[in-house]
Amino acid sequence: MYRYDEFDTQFVRERVSQFRGQVERRLTGALNEDEFRPLRLMNGLYLQLHAYMLRVAIPYGTLSAHQMRQLGAIADKYDRGYGHFTTRQNIQFNWPKLKDVPDILDDLADVEMHAIQTSGNCIRNVTADPYAGVAADEIADPRPTGELLRQWSSNHPEFSFLPRKFKIALTGARADRAVIKFHDIGLRLVEGEGGQLGYEVWAGGGLGRTPMIGIKVRDFVPTADLLRYVEAIMRVYNAEGRRDNKYKARIKILIHEKGGEDFRAEVEQEFARIAHDPAAPVEKELARIQAFFAPPAYEALPAESEALAKAKLANPNFARWVRVNTRAHKAPGYTIAVISLKPKGGVPGDATGDEMRVMADAADAYSMSELRVSAEQNIVLPNVKASDLFALWQMLDRAGLASSNAELISDVVSCPGMDYCALATARSIPIAQEITERFAEPVLQEQIGPIRIKISGCINACGHHHVGDIGILGLEKTGAEAYQITLGGDPTESAAIGERSGPGFPAEGVVDAIERLIHFYLGRREDGETFKQTYHRLGHSVMKDALYASH
Amino acid sequence: MPLIKDGHFVADDWSRPVEGEPAVAGAKLILAFARLEAEASDLIEAGHAVGVEITNDTDPAALEPWFDRLALIVVPFPRAADGRGFSIATRLRRLGYRGELRASGHLIADQYTLARSCGFDTVEISDAQAARQPEPHWLEAEHAMSLAYQRGYGPLRNILGARWAAQ
Ligand code: SF4
Repeated sequence: MYRYDEFDTQFVRERVSQFRGQVERRLTGALNEDEFRPLRLMNGLYLQLHAYMLRVAIPYGTLSAHQMRQLGAIADKYDRGYGHFTTRQNIQFNWPKLKDVPDILDDLADVEMHAIQTSGNCIRNVTADPYAGVAADEIADPRPTGELLRQWSSNHPEFSFLPRKFKIALTGARADRAVIKFHDIGLRLVEGEGGQLGYEVWAGGGLGRTPMIGIKVRDFVPTADLLRYVEAIMRVYNAEGRRDNKYKARIKILIHEKGGEDFRAEVEQEFARIAHDPAAPVEKELARIQAFFAPPAYEALPAESEALAKAKLANPNFARWVRVNTRAHKAPGYTIAVISLKPKGGVPGDATGDEMRVMADAADAYSMSELRVSAEQNIVLPNVKASDLFALWQMLDRAGLASSNAELISDVVSCPGMDYCALATARSIPIAQEITERFAEPVLQEQIGPIRIKISGCINACGHHHVGDIGILGLEKTGAEAYQITLGGDPTESAAIGERSGPGFPAEGVVDAIERLIHFYLGRREDGETFKQTYHRLGHSVMKDALYASH
Repeated sequence: MPLIKDGHFVADDWSRPVEGEPAVAGAKLILAFARLEAEASDLIEAGHAVGVEITNDTDPAALEPWFDRLALIVVPFPRAADGRGFSIATRLRRLGYRGELRASGHLIADQYTLARSCGFDTVEISDAQAARQPEPHWLEAEHAMSLAYQRGYGPLRNILGARWAAQ
């Protein structure tokens, strides 16, 4: 993992004391609310429905056991004993007091963390494949580039007051688990001629009220040129992005209105103008960062663990958890384990201080002290020996953290909705809870197979409903909540935006409708088909009719 | 309107001449970009220092032919949240403009270091804003951050440079 040097530390500490001063000046009135807002947002502080909310960055989704423990301590000390992991690999604390925030930021700085640029119209915390560095299907670890981008975008003098927020996601793998085609900039590591590493660059993707799949701006940018290329995109956007209407201010609209060809040409022209800095080769800094991400010393282990096989035979619940919640690791005898934060009836992504400590202990004991946060709002232990899985599962199970549902129907992604968010038009958490209860039966869940249900509490789409196999959007219709369902969305390399199904459902009817659809799918699926495959074979109109079957 | 230079409030010796009225001899004059072509050459000949005030959708490259003759370029900030001026300044400096660069409008003390890093020398704000954010705020803001990660921007100490020097 990356470790701060004296300069990173000084930078973060100075930002904290700068913010302390800004809070004081807001309280004296030297800064009015309009002036203070972008400053507090750039330090992660939102004004929610009932209170302030502090969003803490977990750069490229990687954190240490030590850091996780500190998040737990902050939840207990300054909040109501829990935190909420988000689809953008951040953690949100829902109840901090404004006066405590500078102290929280200091506590974060103690463990090399911050809340810089988790909100506001600036370059946001960079996200990445949660399995980066360990996935079996990876070309190379994208996190060194993620760290380079984190540093480069921090307090950027030119790009801190953009037309709108700006999100960058990275992956180094063949499968896209970082949703890169729905980001302002999406970067995919590829091998160029002669094995040289570089990035395929996508831009202009996004969800929100105008969902769009990004366009490919360039097939290949060598890693050493990447910062200059991103700078060129940012400069074109900062100069030309719309500022007259906040709903048209994202880069996707600029690209859409300008046309992909013109946009590309302008970026290329700007890129050509930005000179190489011979005194500061990016390669040198990248090499320094890369050393922090060198693969750990893996033991030479047999690909199959006998102990694991035995434990699975003896304990079917454990066997199910292994089947559902582990993923292929690049080193033989190791595995990637997903800790689901979607227990039956729980709030998706929430974890208590105690749970954070258990996960930290689990990482220390079984995952080389490292954890990840995924876009599915789960926690990942990236380096677990297959032979340790049983002990790990027992530890998680005792803490209620062993739900076997990763990527299954009850692994619901949901935004906070009306329970917290000032912009919400409907509740989303209760719908998520009802789904996890309705489909709690583990055998049924496995039978249904992989499926993504995603819920947003308003058209801003923080719950990514556009890219769910089943997307649920909560709206308000004549005083009552109405839930609109979209089908066929896909956040991966085969990106697709879900199609609307028809009239919405009341809160009491939406989970029934989903259940009808699931039963229809189970009845009509062919051997081994996933929900997505059946959807594509039968087509949207057949599938959507199943939602309304009893109407 | 108060003018800030090096963290201090200073007198502004530039003025914006009203179209059609004769200029006071020796005055330093800021013209709107649209008037530059027609009026600048004569004024410079008559011994005036000439600056230009652009709008924030002006292409910086359009000013390039004027760089040698302009002593000041004024870039507007209609709202503190509108950061287009930062990119305009960066482009002007990279195109080779060496004269004074001024940010004018709504820019708060907390953006002062960013503005200077992008190449601005001076900041011009409203009287009302200056009353809320007096000189000490600007001086303090100048020292809030001492380090920057980005290369190619001034004047903060560059972290990459410092890092490599320490190795
Ligand atoms: S989707 Fe809407 S309700 Fe949900 S968190 Fe985003 S803004 Fe709030």
